[in-house]
Amino acid sequence: MSTVARKKSLIWDYLTTVDHKKIAILYLIAGGLFFIMGGIEALFIRIQLAVPNNDFVSAGLYNEILTMHGTTMIFLAAMPLVFAMMNAVVPIQIGARDVAFPFLNSLGFWLFFFGGLFLNLSWFLGGAPDAGWTSYASLSLESPGHGIDFYVLGLQISGLGTLIGGINFLVTIVNMRAPGMTYMRMPLFTWTTFVASALILFAFPPLTVGLIFLMMDRLFGGNFFDPALGGNTIIWEHLFWIFGHPEVYILVLPAFGIFSEIISTFSKKRLFGYSSMVFATVLIGFLGFMVWAHHMFTVGMGPIANAIFAVATMAIAVPTGIKIFNWLFTMWGGSIRFTTPMLYAVGFIPSFVMGGVTGVMNATAAADYQYHDSYFVVAHFHYVIVGGVVFALLAGAHYWWPKMFGKMLSEKLGKVTFWLFFIGFHLTFFIQHFLGLMGMPRRVFTYLPGQGWETGNLISTIGAFFMAAGTIVLLVNIVITTVKGKKAEADAWGDGRTLEWAVSSPAPEYNFAQTPLVRGLDALWVEKMEGKKGLTPAEPLGDIHMPNPSFLPFVISLGLFISALGFMYHNDHSWGLMVGIVGLLITFGAMFLRSVIDDHGYHIHKEEIIEAEKKGAKA
Amino acid sequence: MKKWLLNWRLFSLFSVMALVLAGCGEPFISALQPAGEVADMQYSLMLLSTAIMVLVILVVTIIFVYVVIRFRQRKGEENKIPKQVEGSHKLEIIWTVIPIILLIILAVPTVKATFELADVKPMNKENRDKEKTLVVNVRANLYWWEFEYPDYGVITSQDLVVPTDERVYFNLKASDVKHSFWIPAVGGKMDTNVEESKNQFWLEFDQEDAEKAGGIFYGKCAELCGPSHALMDFKVKAVPRDEFNQWIEKMKNAKPVVTDPVAKEGEAIFNKSCIGCHAVTPVDNRPEQARTAPNLGNFGDRERIAGILEHNEENLKKWLKDPESIKPGNTMTNTYGKLTDEQIDALTKYLMSLKVE
Repeated sequence: MSTVARKKSLIWDYLTTVDHKKIAILYLIAGGLFFIMGGIEALFIRIQLAVPNNDFVSAGLYNEILTMHGTTMIFLAAMPLVFAMMNAVVPIQIGARDVAFPFLNSLGFWLFFFGGLFLNLSWFLGGAPDAGWTSYASLSLESPGHGIDFYVLGLQISGLGTLIGGINFLVTIVNMRAPGMTYMRMPLFTWTTFVASALILFAFPPLTVGLIFLMMDRLFGGNFFDPALGGNTIIWEHLFWIFGHPEVYILVLPAFGIFSEIISTFSKKRLFGYSSMVFATVLIGFLGFMVWAHHMFTVGMGPIANAIFAVATMAIAVPTGIKIFNWLFTMWGGSIRFTTPMLYAVGFIPSFVMGGVTGVMNATAAADYQYHDSYFVVAHFHYVIVGGVVFALLAGAHYWWPKMFGKMLSEKLGKVTFWLFFIGFHLTFFIQHFLGLMGMPRRVFTYLPGQGWETGNLISTIGAFFMAAGTIVLLVNIVITTVKGKKAEADAWGDGRTLEWAVSSPAPEYNFAQTPLVRGLDALWVEKMEGKKGLTPAEPLGDIHMPNPSFLPFVISLGLFISALGFMYHNDHSWGLMVGIVGLLITFGAMFLRSVIDDHGYHIHKEEIIEAEKKGAKA
Repeated sequence: MKKWLLNWRLFSLFSVMALVLAGCGEPFISALQPAGEVADMQYSLMLLSTAIMVLVILVVTIIFVYVVIRFRQRKGEENKIPKQVEGSHKLEIIWTVIPIILLIILAVPTVKATFELADVKPMNKENRDKEKTLVVNVRANLYWWEFEYPDYGVITSQDLVVPTDERVYFNLKASDVKHSFWIPAVGGKMDTNVEESKNQFWLEFDQEDAEKAGGIFYGKCAELCGPSHALMDFKVKAVPRDEFNQWIEKMKNAKPVVTDPVAKEGEAIFNKSCIGCHAVTPVDNRPEQARTAPNLGNFGDRERIAGILEHNEENLKKWLKDPESIKPGNTMTNTYGKLTDEQIDALTKYLMSLKVE
């Protein structure tokens, strides 16, 4: 089949694509939309809390909003946006033509998408989940209606997608590296993706198990969490946090990776202490599994468990500190260019240090009895997640936008976004540390006047609007760029060091006409320093084998979506069970088809590649 | 050698921080104005950790500001290629070892305090002196708190009364969903779980600080428990031991004494429709499963209506008329028929007459 024959409509193209670069765009769009929804929920929260005794939203609705804000931001915004960056960059960074399992890559996206869609359907079908993103068992079992069921089933489906994505990247990084790309020559973003994927592999199964228990209890008459029948609610807390704590590192390690790339590029220096950075990444990943119970200091685990988890948690500060100083010394002696991505990286360092040190304060178990479930904790984790992950995602989006879309985002608007967002962020969350210490519990839909919390809350709300304004400017920037943006070069920023900057912007379907030979850390930089224009090829130019697009991942995910709807209503309506089974049949039928249909893919011929490369070089 | 200098520096850093933080919040609810042994201990840990963390932030900020200003790309330097440095073992060892030392400085008192705060041996002693070691059973319910003094057979709700200047021990549990028991000014929180195994901890209330706070500390539920989680407040009256003893004696013998004819009417209504859930004597021998609503034995002495509204007849009437409008999702709504205004007036008179003080 030739390329011309495969030209279909744009929508069909994206519904069936298995190309990691297009899947990255899908993740970016879907994650971006969910990010905006989560942001609107955040604004509702801040408006409600702007003044005491406010009645902007009712008590029950507030709990739904806070639950959906947390769940959406973690599972449906941060995760997919991290996956967008990984998909857009990692295969090219290691000199590969695609991920190891392109079909699974697509399946991972559609599972996430349908899971997220399912979860948000709850707004229109009787109310969203309202037990917090942690959904602690005693409260989530008491919660009336189907809100929690949407949470359980939606997260189960999207969690499957994440697990599949994680496995895919592990295999890709182990197997698909170009010749010469040894482990210790991998760019740091690839390294952090590798470690984060390993964390996904071990962290998501406990969540899956917890969600199955909760599903059994709520929908199928189980009693895993009913103490009256011999169950135990604390088990949910353990399962949730055995997943939940590594999840923080699943998000923040790739963020570290993104900043490592950006800081190195715009300081024009190789990363300071590369091997200790790698070592610190692996160590953080490992320690990340040893500390989950610090979320449960007040549960009553006893002083021995509390003390052990306190000390273990403090230990994580050491590798994180190593990273901070390595970044600072990467900039030291460099020639720093303050582009938009670099502004985020520079803003990230003090912001994240703040989040890190309050993390150590939270680890101080005896003092944490005061911080726990207060606004101090809210401030802490927003400093980590926004100051770390969101800054990284915004930085990464600006940095790799030319590679993904072939056009440069406006630097001027980008900087406006940064300053609005940065100021708004600190305005919103810094004061919340003090609100917490002044006795304000978290997850409160309102507060009474006269407790000394009025000023702090008002300031915090004002800050939130700055962040919203920043986001709007970013959207405007995207629209303007899409309409009339400047065409980007292959090495869009001029100082690219890693392989993705060697291929045209956007990268061709096959990434590399010839698989490159990697001759050192920062492979492109090595070539540039030797005065070469391109990469050293590791193979002669030839036909490239490509996988065929497929609609089956969409169908498999749709089947699970239908099935979840059916099983959720099986106690209320007689059709529920039928629909549930039909959904499963669709899923397994599609999987069966995938197994029996021989799909050998197709080839892009040498002549077509030469043609495309010429065009790419001209543009 | 120069130890005094270091000490002096630390001391001044501490005092500056304490000065800044002490301005924060209200004395009846702020953890930054500690009003007891536990809160004091936690406050010192906060100061120590904040001091260490401020030190870290300072170091990072100084290097950061220097780097960002000094190593900016200047005009004409666009093509300059800086020296590509691989790393430095000496520096990397420094910033690995120093944080480890700082963390050890923090970890030791943390572990010590964690064990100290978990020391509940005195309350579990076989032959505990009941006059000296007070135990309170706290039971958290959807949006209200029950406080039982098992040694005296006395039960009250919403307002916890404790003696000052001694350790008070608590058994904590929840009857429906998980809650968390928190008196910010007096000490950190502990969860009230739904499992049978109760959580135990202790708090100490300072007489002087209690007076500064106006005699009343604010208590909060700190674990999301439903729509009215934010309104699940309670109050703590911390009084000298003598006063506490007098109070508990009165509670032991308290019975409703109704003289006013309107209140008598109210009593009749109450006995018809409310008594199934609410007891009106602090001595209530029913098992806890039967105690599904707050004990009203000393309702007239309460600090607040429903834990949040000012304690007056008007608010009580509002509550009786439509509790849902005040605490959404509470379990009292719809348990009784519609009351006429006269009935509400009568009930209010009766309830306000339930006093021990």
